[in-house]
Amino acid sequence: MAIRMTKPWVSLTAENVKALPGQLGVFQLANAAGEVVFIGFGGGRALFGIRSELDKAVADPPAGATQFRVEINQQYTTRYQELLMLHVHDHGAVPAGNLGKPLPTLGRLSPL
Amino acid sequence: MNLEPTEEQKAIIAQVRRFVREEIVPLEDKLDPDASELPPEDRERLVAKVKAMGLYGLDIPAEFGGPGIDMSTRVLLAIEMGQHRAGLYVPCYGVFGAAGLAQLYEATPEQKEKYLFPMLRGEKKAFFGLTEPSGGSDPARAIKTRATKTNEGWVINGSKVYISGADKADFGLVFARTDPERGRGGVTCFIVETSWPGFHVRRVIHTLRSSHYATELQFDELKVPDTAILGELNKGFAIANERLSRQRIPYAAQCLAPAFKAHEMAIDYAKQRETFGAKLASRQAIQWMLVDNEIDLRQSTLMCLAAAAKCDAGEPFRMEAGLAKLVASEAAGRVVDRSMQIFGGAGMTKDFPFERWYRELRIRRVGEGPNEVQRHVVARDLLGDSLR
Ligand SMILES: Cc1cc2nc3c(=O)[nH]c(=O)nc-3n(C[C@H](O)[C@H](O)[C@H](O)COP(=O)(O)OP(=O)(O)OC[C@H]3O[C@@H](n4cnc5c(N)ncnc54)[C@H](O)[C@@H]3O)c2cc1C
Repeated sequence: MAIRMTKPWVSLTAENVKALPGQLGVFQLANAAGEVVFIGFGGGRALFGIRSELDKAVADPPAGATQFRVEINQQYTTRYQELLMLHVHDHGAVPAGNLGKPLPTLGRLSPL
Repeated sequence: MNLEPTEEQKAIIAQVRRFVREEIVPLEDKLDPDASELPPEDRERLVAKVKAMGLYGLDIPAEFGGPGIDMSTRVLLAIEMGQHRAGLYVPCYGVFGAAGLAQLYEATPEQKEKYLFPMLRGEKKAFFGLTEPSGGSDPARAIKTRATKTNEGWVINGSKVYISGADKADFGLVFARTDPERGRGGVTCFIVETSWPGFHVRRVIHTLRSSHYATELQFDELKVPDTAILGELNKGFAIANERLSRQRIPYAAQCLAPAFKAHEMAIDYAKQRETFGAKLASRQAIQWMLVDNEIDLRQSTLMCLAAAAKCDAGEPFRMEAGLAKLVASEAAGRVVDRSMQIFGGAGMTKDFPFERWYRELRIRRVGEGPNEVQRHVVARDLLGDSLR
């Protein structure tokens, strides 16, 4: 499995989100320039998994998000942490939209 | 031989049971089903409660400031503390404190000051780095990571896999080959700080335990001083053997915690759920599953207590600890599996904790010495030299 998400971005609209399966997984949100501004997950408490979480993002997009991509993943909690750690490795901090929100304790990764 | 808990044990068990049911389970209802951490404010509040109960640092030996709980009581507490969703790997989300790495209790006074005491105070975190891509069951032969002597100390090159918590640790124990000509007698244990140049956490390894991952490490010209050797040169496997066997007993008992809870839930459910016009509890097929659960739980508890009794009496207990680990880890998996079956579809969902216990219990048959290796060690004890 590639450690970074590489799927193409999809426009963050109610219609596109409605087409998603109600699965567990992780997602990234990006601004118009394709910069990741939020990393999140749709977990076991979300009514329709990633779809429910992205519905919230459509209603109130964090940090100017206009696009999204998802990865269906049962290991969403550890994958979520991995994506946050990779972002910190690549950019020195968590995405703007994650700042000020509860975060898990993050470790340090130095991928090759 | 008396298997009845003492009055004091009964009081501690009741106190911890209440703590789990009143403090932990209600919080868990709001957390993600795979959560392994509490929000900081809840954690601080509960740590303070545990300290007030006099049970903080449960596994820290009394000579290092722990509460000095005997092993039999520790077994009974392990069974109580893990009776919640996250209870197998993070009983009570760690608010009872951690004892850290047993090997460090054998460290030099300077190493204890630098690593052990901050770890016991919760200020520093550590990892245990033994397993390599070439194998974990027989590390004495499999270890390829090399430490080479230099004028200033040692240089380590190599890699480790499936290492828990290394990315969040301040330091860890790294087993490396210091004498390539010798097998078991050519491996040394080093204390390595994760901030030292050449230490890399290359990737997250996702496992069935989706609450916390393992990691893959790489050591690239990692320079360590002579003072980083823990114990003696070429005697990495001789450190803290008895303490490591001790650890295996609560590890075994911990497997039983979710199994006891699953069994209790299955009994309640069987009494309520009706199919074909009668309660599940009235069906012999279901009754037998519950009886088999009861047998698994009682047998395993007795094996854990037998190991604990020997340990408390100061008698050799390595074989008993290994047997308890393998019997309890296998039995607990069966109990959770049967309980899920009784719950039917609901048992498979994230609405209930079974699926997390089921996944995580599977790892217990490989972790802390795989069960085949435990059997191998017991066979060696039974057959002695004739095995060779
Ligand atoms: C979630 C997780 C966390 C872990 N955390 C750590 C950690 O923090 N630190 C660390 O050092 N390691 C850790 N490990 C590694 C673990 O200790 C090893 O996976 C384990 O020791 C087995 O090693 P292996 O995977 O290389 O299997 P192998 O040694 O390749 O063995 C493969 C299989 O063969 C069996 N086997 C081996 N020898 C025999 C034999 N003689 N007869 C019959 N069967 C045999 C084994 O039991 C096993 O089932 C972790 C593993 C997991 C899954």
